[in-house]
Order: sequence, then C-alpha cells, then structure tokens
Amino acid sequence: MTDVGTNGAAIRAAVVRALQRIAPEIDPAALRPDVSLREQVDLDSMDFLNFVIGLAESLGVEVPESDYRQLATLDGAVAYLAAHGARTA
Amino acid sequence: MPSLGADMEYGTLVEWRVAPGAVVHRGDIVAEVETHKGVVEVEIFDSGVVEELLVAKGSRVPVGATLARIRSGDGAVPAGAPVATAATLAAPAPPPAPPAPPPAVMAAPPAPTTAAGAPAPVRPAGRASPAARRLAADRGLDVAALRGTGPGGAVTLADVEDAVRARAAPSPAATAAPAPHRASPLAQRVAADLGVDLATVPGTGEGGIVTRADVERAAASARGAPTAGAAPAAAPASAAGRHAAMRQAIAAAMTRSKREIPHYYLATDVDLSGALRWLEAENARRAVAERLLPAAVLLRAVALALREAPELNGHWVDGAFRAGGGVHLGVAISLRGGGLVAPALHDADALSVDALMRGLRDLVQRARTGMLRSSELTDATTTVTNLGDQGVRTVFGVVYPPQVALVGIGRITERPWADGGMLGVRPVVTVTLAADHRASDGHRGARFLAALDRLLRDPERL
Repeated sequence: MTDVGTNGAAIRAAVVRALQRIAPEIDPAALRPDVSLREQVDLDSMDFLNFVIGLAESLGVEVPESDYRQLATLDGAVAYLAAHGARTA
Repeated sequence: MPSLGADMEYGTLVEWRVAPGAVVHRGDIVAEVETHKGVVEVEIFDSGVVEELLVAKGSRVPVGATLARIRSGDGAVPAGAPVATAATLAAPAPPPAPPAPPPAVMAAPPAPTTAAGAPAPVRPAGRASPAARRLAADRGLDVAALRGTGPGGAVTLADVEDAVRARAAPSPAATAAPAPHRASPLAQRVAADLGVDLATVPGTGEGGIVTRADVERAAASARGAPTAGAAPAAAPASAAGRHAAMRQAIAAAMTRSKREIPHYYLATDVDLSGALRWLEAENARRAVAERLLPAAVLLRAVALALREAPELNGHWVDGAFRAGGGVHLGVAISLRGGGLVAPALHDADALSVDALMRGLRDLVQRARTGMLRSSELTDATTTVTNLGDQGVRTVFGVVYPPQVALVGIGRITERPWADGGMLGVRPVVTVTLAADHRASDGHRGARFLAALDRLLRDPERL
C-alpha cells in the first residue's frame, strides 16, 4: 500500500482472482476493463453473489446490494473498492 | 450399482469410503461411482455393519449388481445388498413399444465379483436393455442383429452406439481416422494430473468413453516409453468429451420426455413487489455471506405450493402416478462449458428460506466443481428451472421423466401492472408450469400456480 497506483493494481488482481474462482476458464488478459463482467464472464446471480462474497473475504469490503451496479465492470469494481477502503495484503 | 438416471447402464466403482466391519447408517456415503455424468457419491439405503465389499475398486459393473453385503442392525444377514435396491427404485419405466423381455440389466446375476461385461458365450435371442432398444428403434437398427456385450450377452446401449458409429463410418479401411474422443470428468482430472494426452488414450468405457483406468494404463506404459508429455490438444479434447457425454444423457432424457409425456402448459404473472421489498430489507442488514437471492424465496414458495398440489409432486412409473415421499425439489443447474444437472433439495418444503439458500449455494457449488450424491440425482419429485438470469421472460418447460411437472421461472422485470383500478409499475415474474397430463389436469395445475401467487404476495409468512 504505497501509492494509489500500486494499490489499484493489487485490488485489480484481487478482483480478477475472485472472478477466476467462479469462472476458472477466463483469460484475465482478455478481460475488457470497461465492458460488463456479466456479459463477458456469463455470471448468473449465484455467481455474482459468490463474487461479492469473495471480494469481502479478500479485500474486507462488504458491498451493500444497493451498490452492486457499481461493480458491473472491472474498472468500476476497482474504483469502488479503492474508494471503500479495500485492504490488500 | 444404483441407477443414477434412466439412461445409465454401468457404473465404475472408483473408491470405497467404507471398509468391512464399518458401521453404516442409512444415508451415509459408502462409495464413489463414476458415470458419464461425473463422479457421484453413493449413499446407502440401510443401516448395519459392512460385511463384505463385493466389487473391487476400478471395476465397471452393470446397474443392479450387488456392490456390498451389509448385516443389518438386528443381526440378520440379508441375501442381497441394500445398495443394490436403489436400482429398483430408480429403474426406468419399461419401453412402450414392443412386449420386451425382462430388462437385461435388472436380470444380471446378483454378485459379479470380477469386472463385469465379459461377453457370454451364448446370447439368448433378442435380449436388450430398454435404453438400447429405444436407441436402436430411433436409429432404425434391429437389436436382434446386434452383437451384445452386456450381461448374458444382452445388447447394451454401448453396443447400439457402436453399431450406429460403425454404420456411419465411411469404410472399414479408414482406420486411421480417430474416433471422436470422450473422457469422463474423473479421467480428465487424472489425465491432467499425470500429463496424459487424452486423444492418445483408447477408451474402454461405455460407448468408448475414456475412463480413469484407461488413463492410468496409458500413463504406466508412457513411463516405460520415452514419448510421454501432454499435447496441447488434450484440453479441448477432454472438454469436448465431457460435453458430448452429458449431451447424450440430456438427449436420452428429453427424447423420452417428448415421446412419452403428453405435456400441458400454464403460465401466470406474479407481482413480486412485496417479496422483493422484504428481501431488500433482509439483505440490507445481513453480511454478504448470509444474503438471500430471489431464487431462494421462489423455491420456498414452489415447495409450499406443491404441498397443496400432490398430483404434481412425484413420478409416473409403470403406467401409474406414484406420489413423492416428500417435496424433493430438483433444481436445474447449468454447468460452465455447457450441460445441465438437476439435483434435488430434499424435503424443500420443510426448509426455511435461509436453509434453502444455503442448500442451493451448496448444490450449485458441488454441481459445478465437486460431487453430487446419488440420492440427489434420483430423488427429485419436481424440477424448477430458473432462466431469469438469462433475460428470458417465459420458460416453456420439458418435464424430466419420470417426474410429472416442471416449474419454470423467468426474469423479474418491471412491468405496468393494474391493481384496484390503479395502474402502477411493479416487479413481475412469469411463472410457468409444464406438467404431465397423465398425472394431472389443467385445473389442478392452475390451482398450483394460484397457490404460488398467493404465497409470494405474503413473503413474511414464507
């Protein structure tokens, strides 16, 4: 946790890991940061809930349901989590 | 060997979880069996002490074969093994067309202690399993003309598949063309672990499927030879194999459904504003891991409504309806990479919304990554398909035989809604019922949907 850029990269890595736990077949390099994750990764609502649970476990952020929309894209999720005190190891 | 689906004829015992002398209770997991649907944990149907394991690890045995001998609690020694009774319970209905001889798999000798499937010298004329008969009829083949490799020389599904393939092959000279490769999920895992290219492994399983034993044999011989190493082709081949095997299972069940079941279809729109308000309030005060999905509330309502509509909850067996011994809700779960399983949530009507949510999470996770249990694959009394996440408005279901009803749930969308002379916008879901007209009538089905609607409008009481 040196500066925002490093932290952002660490958060991004944690988000991708949480996604990979649900969808092991995804290629992180091929993920487009500004396109809906549900669209790219074929997440159903159970998958999305597990994704949010994974984020809570790895980053310590309990995202309320009313904020789920802000996790729609990879960029959106990273920005939201950084703004809500994500703790990266 | 329990039947874990109408199209299953053989299973491979991959692991014993108990040893002789162990005390077991009804419902305990005693073994792992590999089928083309994956590895399944087999539960025992009786309590007692394991006296003898009759089938060796790695053996492939027909459905109905005795796997183990159990001394029941009172000290009596039963003739057969309770594990085998599962086959009777889950046995497919007899084929409708010709007056068939007794199904070969059921007439198998009680305890083949060695690997089964050794061809018998003499084949009694016309013996074939129901699944084999159906496929042969579909493909215009005469079962009597086929070579049988099943117990007592009976023609099995695999024999018919071989015959279909042989007929499709351009010429016998084309031996260089590799057969389409299929491997069981377990075999795929083992192959990945051992670095074996599945495309190079000859399959000896049902329908030429590559089994774990095949992979291990290949790995052992590769250790002797210098040409080991996994080719990049392994991954796509194995994924395609798993997919193909599951497609066959779905094809068999759905073809039977559309051939045998006279479906009727009903639909209704349900105002979910009350249910979703309740859910939102609940979730707002819950930690992430404790949150509920609308699916849990919908399943709870379906389970309770089924209590009021017993004609929709059960199985059609031997030309008659058999009511389910409880509401065991099958939940259709799509798998990554394609395919579908619909394992059961046992006694769903006795589970709270929270318990249903936990059960659903567990089931989805195990269906996609781990292992399902034998009772989950055979006990479902009605199935629920929720395609709302895919944006579908209305599900036109296909009943999964021998069940008699399928409840379809579409997407929850905001729609204009008139109520008490006022027009408003409400979250609404279209719920459908596809049901077997042999077991119930539209009137009953309509009452079921009405009960579902009533229950969902009063979520606090769910």
